[in-house]
Amino acid sequence: MRLVFAAFGLALSFASAQAQTLTMAVGAPVTSLDPHFHQLSPNNAAAGMIFSKLVEDDAEGVLRPGLALSWSAVAPDTWEFRLRPGVRFHNGNAFTADDVAFTFARIPQVPNSPSSFAGFVRPITRIEVVDPLTIRFITNGPYPLLPMDLSNLYILDRETHATATTEQFNSGAMAIGTGPFRLVRHANGDRIEMERNDGFYGEAPAFARVVYRMITNDSARMAALLAGDVDVIDQVPTADLARLRSDARVSLSEIMGLRIIFLGLDHGRTDASPFITDNEGRPIARNPLKDLRVRRALSMAIDRNAITSRVMEGSATPAGQYLPPGTFAHVPDLAAQAYDPEGARRLLAEAGFPQGFRITLHGPNDRYPNDSRIIQAIGQMWTRVGIRTTVEAQTWSTFIGRAARAEFSSFLVGWGNNPDGSHPLRNLIACPSPERGWGNSNRGRYCNEALDQGLMAAMRELDDGARAAQLIALQRLALDDLAIIPLHNQTNIWASRRGFTVTPRVDELSMAQSVRPAAGR
Amino acid sequence: MALYLLRRLMQSGFVLVAMSLLVFLGVYAIGDPIEILISPDADQIEKERAIRALGLDLPLWQQYLVFVGKALQGDLGRSFVFNEPAIQLILQRMPATLELAFGSMFLSILIGLPLGLYAGLRPNRALSKGIMAGSILGFSLPTFWVGLMLIMIFAVQLGWLPSTGRGETALLFGIPWSFLTLDGLSHILLPAINLSLFKISLVIRLTRAGVRETMLMDYVKFARAKGLSPFRVTFVHVFKNIMIPVVTVVGLELGGTIAFSVVTESVFAWPGMGKLIIDSINVLDRPVIVAYLMMIVLMFIIINLAVDILYTVLDPRVRLEAKA
Repeated sequence: MRLVFAAFGLALSFASAQAQTLTMAVGAPVTSLDPHFHQLSPNNAAAGMIFSKLVEDDAEGVLRPGLALSWSAVAPDTWEFRLRPGVRFHNGNAFTADDVAFTFARIPQVPNSPSSFAGFVRPITRIEVVDPLTIRFITNGPYPLLPMDLSNLYILDRETHATATTEQFNSGAMAIGTGPFRLVRHANGDRIEMERNDGFYGEAPAFARVVYRMITNDSARMAALLAGDVDVIDQVPTADLARLRSDARVSLSEIMGLRIIFLGLDHGRTDASPFITDNEGRPIARNPLKDLRVRRALSMAIDRNAITSRVMEGSATPAGQYLPPGTFAHVPDLAAQAYDPEGARRLLAEAGFPQGFRITLHGPNDRYPNDSRIIQAIGQMWTRVGIRTTVEAQTWSTFIGRAARAEFSSFLVGWGNNPDGSHPLRNLIACPSPERGWGNSNRGRYCNEALDQGLMAAMRELDDGARAAQLIALQRLALDDLAIIPLHNQTNIWASRRGFTVTPRVDELSMAQSVRPAAGR
Repeated sequence: MALYLLRRLMQSGFVLVAMSLLVFLGVYAIGDPIEILISPDADQIEKERAIRALGLDLPLWQQYLVFVGKALQGDLGRSFVFNEPAIQLILQRMPATLELAFGSMFLSILIGLPLGLYAGLRPNRALSKGIMAGSILGFSLPTFWVGLMLIMIFAVQLGWLPSTGRGETALLFGIPWSFLTLDGLSHILLPAINLSLFKISLVIRLTRAGVRETMLMDYVKFARAKGLSPFRVTFVHVFKNIMIPVVTVVGLELGGTIAFSVVTESVFAWPGMGKLIIDSINVLDRPVIVAYLMMIVLMFIIINLAVDILYTVLDPRVRLEAKA
């Protein structure tokens, strides 16, 4: 009898120990724990558990106080941030304004960085430490986006990190922040083990220990969840969704994400476009895609509902604009283009292509969920309205270089937005310009000087209401001109075992603080 | 022997140089690492800074010469992605791959040899025919599918074994090994079986063919006629002579397993070199790709050499100097 009780007690303590540990598996490997080495979503997610930022973005992408309690523009070119008192780093050092100044000086200096965070601090011309809990950033003219930019930057400690190298962060020795978890062990590309930081200033994490595993293979990640080896996984494969929805052991957490999947078109060439020919295979002297009627026909010929419901198994929403609802300067009451093959044929005839033409649609096959199947579907839809489409899917590492050199006539690609209307405009739509730093991912080389001038004004407008109105007008301009063809917003999905619940994030980041024990267990 | 070794070493040097040149050109032809690594909203200034930081602003031939210069000092470059020496990254993950490869090799001999012997000695029994039919499956089933099936059956349905990852490790010679702990063994079992399936079949077939051939030899007949026990005939006279092809193939397979267990490693999320190389290829992390392939070439050279030397031990008729 006593033995039974002992066994029962053991089982109980085992169960409670289980509840204290969260094991989650993510699909994209974290490559570094140096929060300023590589601007990459998985790295940002890992940093977000160990470090914290002046301005935090919540699950919906709304800016919230982090290490800063409040901020305001005290002059057109000066932002003042009031810092949170009493915050300590994992090693006990106090956090002060001086640490912010140190961090922002370190960011552009990280050696060998393949994609640094320097762009976020470049608008700042001078930093003024007013007192230990007040800091001012003087920018080159009015700069409304500073708080949002700062929501990308993890704060380090001057005393601890003065000479810290990326390797020391990776080994764990320097992975010391102010975040909800402290690092226990980092096995590069395999797992990160953490424990709760009891001194965390924000909401305490639900789990005392976290094992953050990287399982890049979709089926293996899924199997690990079903076998009970992990409690939560991200990037749930769409093929498994239908089965999981009816599985009582698993629950899904979903939210419409910030990522937009769209088609880019060749705007750069007025003469022949490389992958467009007439029906006999001869090059067409003028680029048909320069004609708005052709672009509209291409957009109308796409049955977005078929793609989101059939190809994406319901894990996407047809998009009529760049940003999902709830973001800054989302265009109100703008639905996705309706499927209208008849209208598309009519427009093509008006544009002088009653018999259509031939085009090759390019895209990656290993980047976005179902990417190659989406372009196959679009190829068939275009062919149905008379544009005979060849589809060519290739691996991302080959595809993206060619896309960046504007080698394609039409291509599928995705864009992970910041929740601000200026973000897609600056990067995807604005004329490529090294001086302005715009059009960096404008791979179709669309260029509209009027739009750029408007954007320039909006980027200096500190009044949020006025800025939103300007950005909405500019987005309408670009959308009406079909600079790019929006297809859908992806849904971000996490799957968890019974007993766990995940707060889904619009920015796709998988972090342990988003997971809690399910209520009523 | 010394002359033979010297000649082999020189050949190996040429192979290494050719290899590094090919990989350099190959990665250059595939695409631009900067476009993959850089954040899509990074501006021109940032892009140019990254290109310079990774040394990609130089013409390709100059990049290659810089690489060769450093390689001669034992530095194969730093990973673009991890900012750690490529060779260190590879060595960190080597123990995981080695124990998996040796584990699967061990299983393939442990299971393949007895089954092959039996099938060779009793070729007409139903069991032998079953073994041979099974070995065809072992050859032809795709590894990733078998791996997933193993996970589905033993981890998801039965719950006997963990589905993925490497278990607890213990230190031996300062290196963490997982086969030293019970938890580690339970983690390695499924991937090792998955990786060994092909080799088990190979060993079965080689052993059976060897046994069938040797059993008809005059010396075996003579041994039998002398009245030696069947046990002694099989395990001394036959066994020794069938080992040469088995050793050759198993040796070569070992190299292949260490170098290219990519599929098994990614299905079982095994943190070895195979996963590293496939991730590196995806992001065109050239220093890691080059360093990895050069190490693999070196390993094959050494294994082949070891196999050649082992021949002379197994078969006194083979002389290395005679015909190199």
